Amino acid sequence: MSNKVIHAIYNDDDILMDAVKQTRKAHHHIEEVFTPFPVHGLDKAMGLAPTRLAICAFIYGCIGISVATTMMNYIMIQDWPQDIGGKPSMSYIQNMPAFVPVMFEMTVFFAAHLMVITFYMRSKLWPFKKAENPDVRTTDDHFLMEVAVNNNEEELTFFLKNTGAVEVKVIDKH
Amino acid sequence: MYTFSKGLKNTALVLMILGLVGIVYGFLSTPKTIEEVEKIVAASHHGNHDTKADAHNTHEVVANHHEAKEEVKTEAEVSKTDTTSVVDHKDTTKTEVAPLVKEDQDHHDNHAASNVSESKVDAEKEHKEHLEHVLHQLQNKPWSALYVACIFFMLISLGVLAFYAIQQVAQAGWSPVLFRVMQGITAYLPVGSLIFFGLLVLSALHLNHLFVWMEDGVTEVGHANYDKLIAGKSGYLNVTFWLVRAAVFLIGWNLYRYMSRKNCLAQDESNDNTFYKKNFKLSAGFLVFFIVTESIMSWDWLMSFDPHWFSTLFGWYVFASFFVSGITTISMVTLYLKSKGYLENVNSSHIHDLSKFMFGISVFWTYLWFSQFMLIWYANIPEEVTYFITRINDYNLPFFGAVVMNFVFPLLVLINTDFKRIAPIIVGAGIVILLGHYIDFFNMVMPATVGDQWFIGVSEIASVLFFLGLFIFVVFTALSKAPLTPKRNPFIEESKHFHY
Repeated sequence: MSNKVIHAIYNDDDILMDAVKQTRKAHHHIEEVFTPFPVHGLDKAMGLAPTRLAICAFIYGCIGISVATTMMNYIMIQDWPQDIGGKPSMSYIQNMPAFVPVMFEMTVFFAAHLMVITFYMRSKLWPFKKAENPDVRTTDDHFLMEVAVNNNEEELTFFLKNTGAVEVKVIDKH
Repeated sequence: MYTFSKGLKNTALVLMILGLVGIVYGFLSTPKTIEEVEKIVAASHHGNHDTKADAHNTHEVVANHHEAKEEVKTEAEVSKTDTTSVVDHKDTTKTEVAPLVKEDQDHHDNHAASNVSESKVDAEKEHKEHLEHVLHQLQNKPWSALYVACIFFMLISLGVLAFYAIQQVAQAGWSPVLFRVMQGITAYLPVGSLIFFGLLVLSALHLNHLFVWMEDGVTEVGHANYDKLIAGKSGYLNVTFWLVRAAVFLIGWNLYRYMSRKNCLAQDESNDNTFYKKNFKLSAGFLVFFIVTESIMSWDWLMSFDPHWFSTLFGWYVFASFFVSGITTISMVTLYLKSKGYLENVNSSHIHDLSKFMFGISVFWTYLWFSQFMLIWYANIPEEVTYFITRINDYNLPFFGAVVMNFVFPLLVLINTDFKRIAPIIVGAGIVILLGHYIDFFNMVMPATVGDQWFIGVSEIASVLFFLGLFIFVVFTALSKAPLTPKRNPFIEESKHFHY
């Protein structure tokens, strides 16, 4: 298998979406799409598997609510028992309404922060990382679709030009 | 054009007739004398409600003493104190909480509360006064049932009107294909307003005793019914001003509805967008008027049942309740029309968006429900906390049931993306949400008017059936009056192609 790829560059997200659909219909393999902003529905059009980040979010939320409960129970009930609202019951469950805001916020906090960290790790992003996008214009206003070549360079170039690409070039990937 | 099908029309008429019969029966079967009440109370001893029966048993023996103790006990239950602090509480709450609760619940007997500490209580007399109190509560019951159903259905159409106005002001691109459905539902507003205003006038004429603050002598120093707190509020809370406010609010809302509908229809035949722009400005003005009047309306028509009690977010709470009910109704009417082959431009994305609103506003309602409860529970100020003590003690099932129906159920069912597009699931969730919010209004009204004598009986069910029938009749008649697609709305093309 050759390591040649074609870069097709578009200047509109609607045209890109149509191009992605056409390319998939013609059974060409799309390796990657680079866009300056998230394009709604692109993952579906590319046929990517649904994200599993939601599952992580649920787990992180559960961790958050557990941490909040343990923490509040230790601080307010065990370590230094507090008389909450004139109701000195010294019981977590009976004082629960007072802890609900904390439990809620910690759930959101854990889910949000850990999700961002997971996303960065999964996408192999960290500070000072060198940019991977092949064309700087994809950070500005252009969209780039990378398609694998299987000894069909000319046919594919012609096909991609017809999908509305403003530029099509063959690249040797190392 | 939609035609009101015979089957649905007959269903609506049958519901109205059934409801009317039930309402009349409810009024006729209320006890007229103390003797009748005595029989009912005696019968309820062998009844199904253990706690209630228990309370009555002891009432007869120690009358008021028990009431005070019961309050102390419940106070302890709510605050979940251990045994040592119950003793502690007894000392403080006996003098503070009990009299205030008595004042709220028993407006005919203001002296009783202050007599708690006196050991010489004429048991016979107390028993009689208790029976008289129960008699008044039972006489209030059919009126309250009528009131709850009436205001609930009227507010559903008001919620839809607010939703519609927001769509106009936001210049939303997705919703114009649903405008005629929303206008159809708001067609109930004039009818509902008239009946509701009639009910308010009847209350003002003392044909019922729903509003404690209207009683004779409440503001008169030295009168047996004198109540210092209500007297202090009488500059605002008096019958004349109350009725004037109600009239102004209802006329204002109906005026917007009428003009907005007229402009929307005129836009269909127009050559430019002037009527659309007119509607935009009108809707913006209405929303300002609405958010102020809605808040005041909730104090006047719901919070004033407990004139000693107040909550600063009550207006929002009521709004969230009828707003989500309104959106649910839009969704259900849309699904019904679609199932009959109308509304060909409404696709699954529109349905999905409505379901998202149902889900989101349900969570919003819970946020307000909890905020209101938590602050009052935490502060534990006697005159505020009585509101929740009566609800948790006497209305435990409807009070917490409403949270399950309005929060837990929609949360679990509608959180799934795919479920938001499946008609049977949306209708099922919608029915639970509507019933849940009916119970929410039930909880706002009943504890102050019928106290622990509540049950969902003929009066309650019949009132709901009557207004449901009327609602269906008026709404679907209005839907058949105009084409279901506003054809010259500037956003109609975008709306038809709306895709999520």
